[in-house]
Amino acid sequence: MLMRYVIKRLLYMVPTLLLISLVSFAIVQLPPGDFLDSYIATLEAGGGDISAREVELLRQRYALDGNVVTQYFVWIGNVLQGDFGWSFQYQRPVSDVLWGRVGLTFLISLASMIFVYMVAFPIGIYSAVRKYSLGDYTFTFLGFLGLAIPNFLLALVLMYVSLTVFGQSVGGLFSPEFQDAPWSWAKLVDLLAHLWIPVIIIGTASTAGLIRVMRANLLDELNKPYVETARAKGLSEGRLLLRYPVRLALNPFVSQVGWELPALISGAAITSIVLNLPTTGPVLLTALKSQDMYLAGSFILILSVLTVIGTLISDLLLAWLDPRISYE
Amino acid sequence: MSNGTQFDPPATGESLSATDMDWSPDQGGHITGADLATASQWKLMWWKFRKHRLAMISGVIVLAIYFVALFADFIAPADPNATHPRYTYAPPQSIGLFVEGQGFQPHVTGYKVEVDPVAIRRVFTADEEQIVPIGFFVRSEPYRMLGLIEMERKLIGPKEPGQPFYLLGADRLGRDMLSRILHGARVSMSIGLVGVAVSLGLGVLLGGISGYYGGWVDDAVQRLIELLKAIPTIPLWMGLAAAIPAAWSPLAVYFVITVLISLIGWTSLAREVRGRFLSMKNDDFVIAAKLDRASELRVIVRHMAPSFVSHIIATLTLAIPAMILAETALSFLGIGLRPPVVSWGVLLQEAQNVRAVATAPWLLMPGLAVVIAVLSLNFLGDGLRDAADPYSE
Amino acid sequence: MTAMDGTLQDKSPNAADPVLEVRGLSTHFALRQGVLKAVENISFTVKRGKTLCIVGESGSGKSVAARSILQIVPSPGKIVSGQMVLHRRRGSTIDLAALDPRSAKMRAVRGARISMIFQEPMSSLSPVHKIGFQIEESLVLHTNLDKPARRKRVLELLRQVEISEPEAAADRYPFEYSGGMRQRAMIAMALACEPDVLIADEPTTALDVTTQAEILDLIARLQADHGMGVMFITHDMGVVAEIADEVCVMFRGKVVEQGPVDNIFHAPEHPYTRMLIGTARKLEARAEAKPPFRAGASILMVEGLTKTFEKRTGFIRKTTVRTEAVKSASFTLRDGETLGIVGESGSGKTTLGQMILRTVEPTAGKVLYHGRAGGAVDVTALNREGMRDIYGDIRMVFQDPHNSLNPRMTVEQIIAEPLRNSGWSSSDSHARVKELLDLVGLPAQVMERYPHAFSGGQRQRIGIARALAPEPRIIVADEATSALDVSLRAQVLELLLSIQKRMSLSFLFISHDISVIRYFCDRVAVMRQGEIVEIGEVDQVCTTPQHGYTKALLSAVPHPNPRARRLATRHRYKTERTET
Repeated sequence: MLMRYVIKRLLYMVPTLLLISLVSFAIVQLPPGDFLDSYIATLEAGGGDISAREVELLRQRYALDGNVVTQYFVWIGNVLQGDFGWSFQYQRPVSDVLWGRVGLTFLISLASMIFVYMVAFPIGIYSAVRKYSLGDYTFTFLGFLGLAIPNFLLALVLMYVSLTVFGQSVGGLFSPEFQDAPWSWAKLVDLLAHLWIPVIIIGTASTAGLIRVMRANLLDELNKPYVETARAKGLSEGRLLLRYPVRLALNPFVSQVGWELPALISGAAITSIVLNLPTTGPVLLTALKSQDMYLAGSFILILSVLTVIGTLISDLLLAWLDPRISYE
Repeated sequence: MSNGTQFDPPATGESLSATDMDWSPDQGGHITGADLATASQWKLMWWKFRKHRLAMISGVIVLAIYFVALFADFIAPADPNATHPRYTYAPPQSIGLFVEGQGFQPHVTGYKVEVDPVAIRRVFTADEEQIVPIGFFVRSEPYRMLGLIEMERKLIGPKEPGQPFYLLGADRLGRDMLSRILHGARVSMSIGLVGVAVSLGLGVLLGGISGYYGGWVDDAVQRLIELLKAIPTIPLWMGLAAAIPAAWSPLAVYFVITVLISLIGWTSLAREVRGRFLSMKNDDFVIAAKLDRASELRVIVRHMAPSFVSHIIATLTLAIPAMILAETALSFLGIGLRPPVVSWGVLLQEAQNVRAVATAPWLLMPGLAVVIAVLSLNFLGDGLRDAADPYSE
Repeated sequence: MTAMDGTLQDKSPNAADPVLEVRGLSTHFALRQGVLKAVENISFTVKRGKTLCIVGESGSGKSVAARSILQIVPSPGKIVSGQMVLHRRRGSTIDLAALDPRSAKMRAVRGARISMIFQEPMSSLSPVHKIGFQIEESLVLHTNLDKPARRKRVLELLRQVEISEPEAAADRYPFEYSGGMRQRAMIAMALACEPDVLIADEPTTALDVTTQAEILDLIARLQADHGMGVMFITHDMGVVAEIADEVCVMFRGKVVEQGPVDNIFHAPEHPYTRMLIGTARKLEARAEAKPPFRAGASILMVEGLTKTFEKRTGFIRKTTVRTEAVKSASFTLRDGETLGIVGESGSGKTTLGQMILRTVEPTAGKVLYHGRAGGAVDVTALNREGMRDIYGDIRMVFQDPHNSLNPRMTVEQIIAEPLRNSGWSSSDSHARVKELLDLVGLPAQVMERYPHAFSGGQRQRIGIARALAPEPRIIVADEATSALDVSLRAQVLELLLSIQKRMSLSFLFISHDISVIRYFCDRVAVMRQGEIVEIGEVDQVCTTPQHGYTKALLSAVPHPNPRARRLATRHRYKTERTET
């Protein structure tokens, strides 16, 4: 049963991925003219030069003279082979710029996800069990506040406070000495020391949302007859809570991963811009502003695809948690 | 709900067993049985909503914000785009009520300017000598309120036009932050409304079609929604918004951005509509309406719609803040609305540089406006959602 | 059941010792608008090996009483006074009311000394834990058995409750079980630690009558084997008569009468008890008010009506699963006749009714309606316009009085809706609504009220008024009285009878309850698994049923007379269904 479900879910991904690739391709195509035109224009504006032969090679490689459909297939074919095109801004293949930054984006998003779930889970349970207590009201209010403050504003405020109160700027993921250093244990520790600020900023809104999800679901479950059955069996309140209603409230809580991941990646993009983190956000923004479209389109493509994969994983996790799902 | 409100027709003698045991707290506290019996759904909802105090307060705040946004021309003391290089980054003034020797005279004080030799920048301090008397309904440059009514008065301002009046400080070009925030409310708050209207159209249409026809149409719409939900919105918005040609007029940009934002926002609404539609389609009272010879249109409009209109209003209210936040984020990044349009996001662009913020923390004030607006809309929406089904519990 | 009879006669001194004595128990709910006295000063005794039935209608406090014993009353309920003395096997006693609800001592009683089973077998088991795990949990909590021993005990328990292939069954999830099997699993769970008292809160209410009979059998047999006291909560006087030794009648939180079952049924003292028994007895025979059946001209002919539901499963290779909800049903309804359709859940009776009004489209077959103008039309071939005419002549009364009235419309709007859609003027329809309200026994001033102001029985009257509004000729009533308490059920049936007398109406009366059918109908069609297995005059079908299933169905209905218990000697129809 489970295997069939996995296959079914994998097949459902196909149209999604196709559409994502179309949207990304459309973004690549959106600016007037093809990218070589803007490339040449930029180079010339900067006093640089590009040989006619080079132009011709690039033109052929991306089938820029063919119609849109051919261009799409050439582009997606290249992408599937790991060739994402050329970034004129960096003067390098897009894939060179892409992977390191995407990796860090996902690291931050995942760290935020872990933070969000670790905070939201106990607070959600507390709020449901102690419904209408002072603690519940406090968390509810903080939650609303968290939802109302945009990520970037929180980042700004935090930067402002640390600058004026502590006299130092927060931002970046690494101390200067590790900026370009190869990966090492010390660099990892340095990363972790920097990571918590963006993680908290990115995670606030999601945490607030998830607390409410957990609270509402658990409140629903607490009134179900099977809780009464378990109580009548002689289970202690604590064990009962964790084994039955929390276990069931966990399902919608976990299924939320699929929605939270895109939100966190979105949040990571914008927060990174403010905090100037070496992730996709700032590069995507400059790429968009300077119409470095292969770079921008590739970022959007990769981020979306990875999100879809993340959602898939959360769905499979859910199927494993709740036997009824794969049975359907 | 029915305790004490039911009546016992003497002939049928149902009194023996008619009381269902009722655990739910009653609906309106002091509302009498007779009132309750004849209360329409809107009345019941109002009673239920009224008990949600925070939502009530938030509702008042939201109304106030929209009111201010509507009459920003009149309420804002200055033209939001009028620059005064003399007052670059002038700090907020405070209002004094009494002037020595003159008695009661509301006023602000002017600025003394010194140049900080270390930081090489101008430092403003309050000049107690320089009294700027202020008042209500003061004379101003002529303007058209809402673009229609010719006016020469502002709600509040310096009695002599041209004197410095910066309650929330000034920005890089010496523009009045307060006036800019009040005018920004127009764009930011209206993007929420317009965006929600577009979402409503898309959501009700696609959700309704999805729920009504079912089958492959439903499948297709559901897949589309799942797809849109699975894509991280900010990068996508960034991609689409960046493609708007720079030459477009601010109004065109405004509408394109609004449409972009609502393209993502309609999904939750469509789900809500579809869910309600599906669950209600087989409700006995809907089937009964069909058997009562009601036309298909009447079944939908008279029998089904009233049950989910309230839910849609609540969902819409909760969708507005998301749209406001989206606009703010895009404009903040410089790929949404652009100056000279004034929106809270555009204003926050000024705060992008943390050094500028350190010099002039009041640049973050538009952020406070965003937070207050979003917070009250969320509380309001929450209260509405709780009250949306007065028959539950 | 023979085992149960054995316990009745076996008056060994140990067997009838009190095991649970409840004295002056009061449980109150402090609500915002005041204190709700859900249970007020009640006393009763459960004896070892005996069954005490607590009977009452909804809101009588019987469920709260049961939960009070285990101290699991939902918040804000609180036991405010009284004693609940449990006599343990070794002779010591303990007052449960004095224990803290959260204490270890109280928990040691729950599930071990006193177990409880609940009404909703669908939702009373955790959907994400295996059945075996849920049963085993009681053993983990209350015994020192090791894992293999616990597994052995679980399988033994499943065998005891007659679940086939216990090995496999233990590793299944509740959603893979049928309703009856779930209730058996619940019972297995309750019996895991051999309790002294079993509290059963309406354990068979959600089940079909044949399944109910089997579960009642099972409880009786296990009770005889283990010698436990059973506290059985029910609203059904028939069930009481079949199983009770002692009876406690509750009304609005108080015990109005208690005593041995024979006294309660044959010498009831309190008017409420008399009313309950009277109503139950009344439904044992044909209504006296019913005029003798006269055969009129046929008004509705159903020929070979069939509904096949197709469900597509699988993703890559689509396989279509066909379920035949109704298989070629044929019958004739005559003018002024009441035809009952009886069957258990899943028999297709509801689908049959829905197909006649085409709220569900038939797959095959015809529904021929003889209109007022004469001449028959095939309802299944009509277009929307044609159906609108039919909707004036054939009307429907729904089961759920809460869901069938639009909560957002006033009573007048609801009843006038069919009139409005037929082009009546508002003053005419106003007068007509008044007339209809009078007909169903409601005063005219309720017109501007909304449904939420009415009780279930009153709502059903409004639903009937709506059905009668366009002066129909046929009424299809689907379980129209099932959601109501016994006393209300009888009143609504009386109302329908009196209306039928005044107006020339034919009824198609769909119900799972054969006694309601017998009381109210002229003829009856018995449905099983989509087929009409037997059709005939009610008296004849009920007294000399031809089909084995009809016999089983009839004999599974509890008989509200403790001197003539019949479940023990009931007819068992061998079904192909393996699970119950």
